[in-house]
Amino acid sequence: MILAVCLKRVPDTNARPTVGPDGKSINPQGIEFVINPYDEFAIEEALRIRDKAGSGEVVGVTVDPDGNESVLRKALAMGVDRGILVKGGSTFDGAVTAEILAGVLKPLGAGLILFGKQAVDSDSCQVPGMVAEHLKIPRATVVTKLEIQGDKVVCRRQIEGSEEIVEMAMPCVVAAQKGLNEPRYPSLKGIMAAKKKPVETKGAPVVEPRIEILKMEPPPPRPPGRIVGRGKDAVPELVRLLRDEAKVL
Amino acid sequence: MAHSILVFVEQREGKVKRASLEALSEASRLGEASAVLVGSGVGALAADAGRAGARKVYVVDEPRFKLYAPEGYARAILLALQKSGATNLFLAATAMGKDLAPTVAAMAGSAVATDCTGLASEGDRIVARRPVYAGKMYVRVGFRKAPAICTLRPNVFPLARDGNASPAVEELKLTLGEGDLRTLVKEVAPTSAGKVELTEASIVVTAGRGLGSPEAFKIRDELAAVLGAAVGASRAVVDNGWRPHSEQVGQTGKTVSPNLYIAIAVSGAIQHLAGMSSSKVIVAINKDPDAPIFKVANYGIVGDAFEVVPALTEEFRKVLHH
Ligand SMILES: Cc1cc2nc3c(=O)[nH]c(=O)nc-3n(C[C@H](O)[C@H](O)[C@H](O)COP(=O)(O)OP(=O)(O)OC[C@H]3O[C@@H](n4cnc5c(N)ncnc54)[C@H](O)[C@@H]3O)c2cc1C
Ligand SMILES: Nc1ncnc2c1ncn2[C@@H]1O[C@H](COP(=O)(O)O)[C@@H](O)[C@H]1O
Repeated sequence: MILAVCLKRVPDTNARPTVGPDGKSINPQGIEFVINPYDEFAIEEALRIRDKAGSGEVVGVTVDPDGNESVLRKALAMGVDRGILVKGGSTFDGAVTAEILAGVLKPLGAGLILFGKQAVDSDSCQVPGMVAEHLKIPRATVVTKLEIQGDKVVCRRQIEGSEEIVEMAMPCVVAAQKGLNEPRYPSLKGIMAAKKKPVETKGAPVVEPRIEILKMEPPPPRPPGRIVGRGKDAVPELVRLLRDEAKVL
Repeated sequence: MAHSILVFVEQREGKVKRASLEALSEASRLGEASAVLVGSGVGALAADAGRAGARKVYVVDEPRFKLYAPEGYARAILLALQKSGATNLFLAATAMGKDLAPTVAAMAGSAVATDCTGLASEGDRIVARRPVYAGKMYVRVGFRKAPAICTLRPNVFPLARDGNASPAVEELKLTLGEGDLRTLVKEVAPTSAGKVELTEASIVVTAGRGLGSPEAFKIRDELAAVLGAAVGASRAVVDNGWRPHSEQVGQTGKTVSPNLYIAIAVSGAIQHLAGMSSSKVIVAINKDPDAPIFKVANYGIVGDAFEVVPALTEEFRKVLHH
């Protein structure tokens, strides 16, 4: 079975981005880019399924406007077998990315297509569901447990205060939430091996944009806070402020 | 021209989600709002939608919709979009809303703006404001194709209750093909029965690694109980196995925006702030006066959590219960 994992290159979560000169995107200078953290759960799950089955191939796919393959190299170092790099797409327009990805995934014929539940740059939580709809296959998002039972996939997905148990026929889409597994670190051997693994580069088809970013701006600054006091003596004053000044009680 | 907005009124087990009524309230502020109810035996909930501002309620009642059925629900919404002629669709940014919106968008060939915190009418279109980079930036998004689909962050938009409790109701007949029920939800397994859900709570009490042990979370839970608050934890706590991931607040946990967020023994790492810095009022209790959490807190107490928190619980009990 082919297992596909979709990977996005995003700023490290420690980054403090600033608005770029176009006023619509961030300044990339000085920012370290990494694999989207949720996508690491997707990679780990695919590797475990392949290794447990003792056969199969894990294919990493990334759509990157700059044609940057660094996230694929890291995935290959973790144990992914080969990569597909599509130069194109858009950071914020998930519908465009989903259409491009669906076009690449369709001929690949993967039995399971794994995603992260959310890209931590666009925070849009939409590409997995859109891809599943384009491919007309079932999907489960925000998944914390995945089990293959014959030709079915059974997942647990997080919802408010409970979990949904979801059953799907393969091929299907699964979007990983934290808790699914503990992603491995690439070994030195893995890093060496990754250099020789194949990455196929493709151009992206022209896809009609669905949104436009009109403006990017930093969040409004929070009003300066204050230290009410030290130790438990400050407690009555804090409660008074919450009730009479902030009016949140 | 008035905007025509259809709102998906979400229900689980016959109970309407407050966040979807908030979305409906916002829709009726922006334009002509209608609602769609999807499920099995849900017609009676039309009154809730009416009070929150729906002039008309479309009902798609289907015995196979007892539990959430992603593709089927999306078809139902699409049908209501066609019937109503609405050019905008709002959903709550809940687990269901976030799961459903992209499917409807893919079916309709349009886009989703996720987790919107502001919506504005600009000429003949609606422009969405939403956080990106975990709230370190905001973008204003314009749509190039209808229907414009927005999910609205819970607890941000005020709830209206003064609408008409008997709106016009139209039952829609949905024909489902094989491919419309691909994903099967078999059951819903409770994980934190009876507790207040983090993302919907108006008060959240979170504690961090500074508490030192899982047993110490009792002081967090007692404070939360007095306030009727939901409980949260930092990632360090979750990674230590002290609390489940469902309680994690932050970039790789839940995003919350309650009226009051109390952070106990949490340092305030950037990834934690990402999940809570849009809270209306933030209180921090930390023994280190230089902890970064004090930079975002409206009010802070420098001190030992084991001394301050029980005293705070006691004080709230006195003030709130007479
Ligand atoms: C990719 C990535 C994603 C992440 N996602 C998240 C996320 O979603 N959520 C999240 O929270 N973190 C996240 N983190 C981790 C984050 O960087 C911090 O490590 C974490 O938030 C620290 O948790 P903490 O504040 O509980 O612990 P610490 O940083 O150890 O802080 C403990 C605090 O308690 C105080 N303290 C100690 N004892 C007492 C006492 N007796 N009384 C009062 N105060 C006391 C200390 O002064 C200190 O400020 C992420 C990190 C990465 C790399
Ligand atoms: N440009 C991209 N290339 C490959 N996969 C992507 C891309 N954008 C998003 N994804 C996948 O879709 C998931 C959810 O992203 P999003 O819907 O943008 O929040 C990510 O975790 C990735 O698995």
